[in-house]
Amino acid sequence: MTWSSWGAFWAMGGDGLYVWSAYLVAIVVIATEIAVLALSRRSILEHLGRFTRINRKPRNPPADETHT
Amino acid sequence: MVIAIRGYQPQCPKAHNKMPTLSSTLNICDPPPVARPGFACPQHCYALAGRLTPWFSWAAAVLCGFGLYVGFFVAPTDAHQGEHYRIAFLHTPSMWVSVLIYVLMAAASGYGVVRRHRLASMLASALAPTGALFAFLALWTGSLWGKPIWGVWWVWEARLASELLVLFLFLGFIALQEAIDDPRRADRASGVLALVGVFGLPLLYFSVYRWSAMYGTVSLSLTPPANMTPPVFTGMLAMGIGLLAYTAAAALARLRIVILMRERSSEWVATYAKVRP
Repeated sequence: MTWSSWGAFWAMGGDGLYVWSAYLVAIVVIATEIAVLALSRRSILEHLGRFTRINRKPRNPPADETHT
Repeated sequence: MVIAIRGYQPQCPKAHNKMPTLSSTLNICDPPPVARPGFACPQHCYALAGRLTPWFSWAAAVLCGFGLYVGFFVAPTDAHQGEHYRIAFLHTPSMWVSVLIYVLMAAASGYGVVRRHRLASMLASALAPTGALFAFLALWTGSLWGKPIWGVWWVWEARLASELLVLFLFLGFIALQEAIDDPRRADRASGVLALVGVFGLPLLYFSVYRWSAMYGTVSLSLTPPANMTPPVFTGMLAMGIGLLAYTAAAALARLRIVILMRERSSEWVATYAKVRP
């Protein structure tokens, strides 16, 4: 263990602002990417599901819906 | 091994990725797709990517956790820079990973252009945003690392300048893909850009060796690992592999989205989107 206390850990020998802003921005950017990926996946699946329902239903005879 | 998407039996159409060949045009003699399910087929690849993503995510979490633990609690204080050098546990791996992503993206994109392989081009466009992310992180952390040493936020230092070039290449690649509506033309244009950009990479690579002394008072040189204490090297390596695993997870997740977008007129996507709750 290289730190005498948690206060020393957060202070980073006086360079805490530099070190923690580097890591904070990394966490924010990566979390944003994960959120964007999850949201866009959900929205495209919703969109495609609606798209196919609108397009397919009138054309399909009722007997065709049994396999879903 | 056949990977089935829920509610749909995989049956890859013949000649899925290639331009029509003579045999497929004449409708003779294509190997049965079920016997050897090729993962170059978007539908199989979609299922495989969905299976691999959680594994890569867990590997990334474990490796980055271990790397950060080593970086903050095991690695000793640097003789010249004090605690400030601990930014390097983020800066250096981001730089490695961004350059590696660029090489992978250019290779996939070039293969997609030359062999007219659609999935390779899709993979390239799935890699680009994550590559831009790491290039940005490398620049941001490099600036924060350099500020107390140089006294300014930005120096036209060779490595940072080359990293800036990599970031612009990623952004140009993404912008070209967004600007052209026809996916095939977009793939071709951005593929050419990626391949041209590869010639900028040796500049980055050799600048590391040529001008490594320009980091001023930095005692931690990247070229000879003998200068690094073992915990520092272990931490950086773990972070590097961890970020690479994260890249794999994010790119595969994005690849699934790209496949859904580009294959949206195909039957399996329609069935898949309908079956899903």
